[in-house]
Amino acid sequence: MRDTPITESAIIGTAVGAASCGLRPVIELMFVDFIGVSMDQLYNQAAKMKYMFGGKAKIPMVLRTTCGAGIGAAAQHSQCLEAWFMHVPGLKVVMPSTPADAKGLLISAIRDDNPVVFLEHKILYALEGEVPAGEYTIPLGKADIKREGKDVTIVATAQAVHTALSAAEKLARDGISVEVLDPRTLSPLDEDAILESVRKTHRLVIVHEAVKFAGPGAEIAALVAEKAFDRLDAPILRIAAPFTPVPFSSALEKEYIPSEEKVIRAIKKVMES
Amino acid sequence: MDISKEKMIDMYTIMNRIRMFEIRVSELFAAGKIAGFVHLYAGEEAVATGVCANLRVSDYITSTHRGHGHLIAKGGDVKFMMAELFGKKTGYCKGKGGSMHIADVDLGILGANGIVGAGPPLATGAALACQYLEKDNVAVCFFGDGASNQGTTHEAMNLATCWKLPVVFIAENNLYGISSCTTNSMCVPNIADRAGAYDMPGITVDGNDVMAVCEAASEAIKRAKQGQGPSLIECKTYRHRGHFEGDACVYRRKEELEAWKEKDPIPRFEKKLLDLGVLTPEKVQEIKISIKKEVEEAELFAEQSPYPDADELTLDLYTS
Ligand SMILES: Cc1ncc(C[n+]2csc(CCOP(=O)(O)OP(=O)(O)O)c2C)c(N)n1
Ligand SMILES: [Mg+2]
Repeated sequence: MRDTPITESAIIGTAVGAASCGLRPVIELMFVDFIGVSMDQLYNQAAKMKYMFGGKAKIPMVLRTTCGAGIGAAAQHSQCLEAWFMHVPGLKVVMPSTPADAKGLLISAIRDDNPVVFLEHKILYALEGEVPAGEYTIPLGKADIKREGKDVTIVATAQAVHTALSAAEKLARDGISVEVLDPRTLSPLDEDAILESVRKTHRLVIVHEAVKFAGPGAEIAALVAEKAFDRLDAPILRIAAPFTPVPFSSALEKEYIPSEEKVIRAIKKVMES
Repeated sequence: MDISKEKMIDMYTIMNRIRMFEIRVSELFAAGKIAGFVHLYAGEEAVATGVCANLRVSDYITSTHRGHGHLIAKGGDVKFMMAELFGKKTGYCKGKGGSMHIADVDLGILGANGIVGAGPPLATGAALACQYLEKDNVAVCFFGDGASNQGTTHEAMNLATCWKLPVVFIAENNLYGISSCTTNSMCVPNIADRAGAYDMPGITVDGNDVMAVCEAASEAIKRAKQGQGPSLIECKTYRHRGHFEGDACVYRRKEELEAWKEKDPIPRFEKKLLDLGVLTPEKVQEIKISIKKEVEEAELFAEQSPYPDADELTLDLYTS
């Protein structure tokens, strides 16, 4: 482990260079919000080298970083930027929601021969959960059903998975059976798992903390609209952050983050159709 | 350089205002009244104060994540600052910015910043505006030893000299970027040693001596205004608190902190002003009592102010 000066561009670029020459670096950015300082090294260098060089280069590296709002860290330390990375061919994007997933996915990410962006929601560091002992892997690109249900599918990521689960618990009391699917990896996306769930429930609500406009949910909604439109009984709804930076004030931040109430309202709405 | 008695008293007052504000903020943070990341300036007051003593409202500054001191030194009102830290509607940024983004553009403050190294290009741009509009204003960029290693800082300094822009770079070298000591993050002893690479004057001053800072800044600002381009002033100083409130600060030795507290810029300046007869013990008391009251009033104002309404969440994004 090495400490570095504050020099994100060089941190990421050095990892890319080293990875291309036989190392398998795992680097850490304190907050995903700092990626802007160093984006070129990630999206133009790490992501494209293999393709540009006719398949010869190999960039086995992991960029671990934290994301998400909820602690009053304001506009430049609270963002969920996964859609930025999803938009770059050549990157893999992982976003775990439980301790056990985080471990298995991180081991897979490290063993993967491609650049992987590993996004850890900061609120989840306080989450406790069973973690299998020893070494195990969870394949990248494989979703997980966090709760089975038959009436509505919620596709949620990271902290929003837990919001969805508690909404599902409440809705169960009203006789609504909610399935909660966590893609875990956003790129590559487990399209089959999402489609299979929607084909079963016929309703889809997407919950994430990234900004709604052009957010990760837009891709998931488009997928279902393209491939399972005829199976839908209701319009797809997205519960996500509004199109603004993350505000500092706790009074505004709590409005910003997708809440359980909003999820419940959305579910009830799709159940009306 | 002749610094008038009035200016000395002003600087003394401002340094105390910063200190008392910061101490109260640390208490309020501990009490759970202030949330988020709060980086305090206690111990470094002489830097912002000595530099800003040479600035007018129409001059610009860019600040850092450790920005309360810069704002106060540039004329910020502690009432609106405290309200901002409380996340209230009456704060400088309507509660949307918080400590890390506290700013008052009307006072020429282009913001505290959550991104280390974001300030130097912004200050360079402010200086470009001053030059282009043929104003006799300057831009001052405060940045840390940690920020001095960011590419943005180097890029900005190079561009600023290429274009002979009226900008002054103030490196606040407090020996640490969070837990990383400068001995691990740079290979020259002084940040100012790098000035030669950009062909700008660079000096290192005692950042806990407000008069020394004031004089160095005055020279650099004069030079900038005369169209001779940027300068780099490194101020060696030390933060009394952890990197942020809540930092256990295990990476610094207690003796190191104690040694720097011996060099605390405020008692040092106070003694000097008493020796010079610029201040009397009575006047010192009077100043301290009045600032204490100011900070108490600021807190009351913040406490009593309303939170922003939910519908303000989506306002202020675009200019229409
Ligand atoms: C681009 C970026 N990288 C990392 C951080 C995290 N961070 C916040 S403050 C800080 C240390 C800054 O050190 P320095 O510039 O010396 O300022 P000081 O805190 O000592 O005043 C770091 C690494 C950040 N905010 N932005
Ligand atoms: Mg520092």
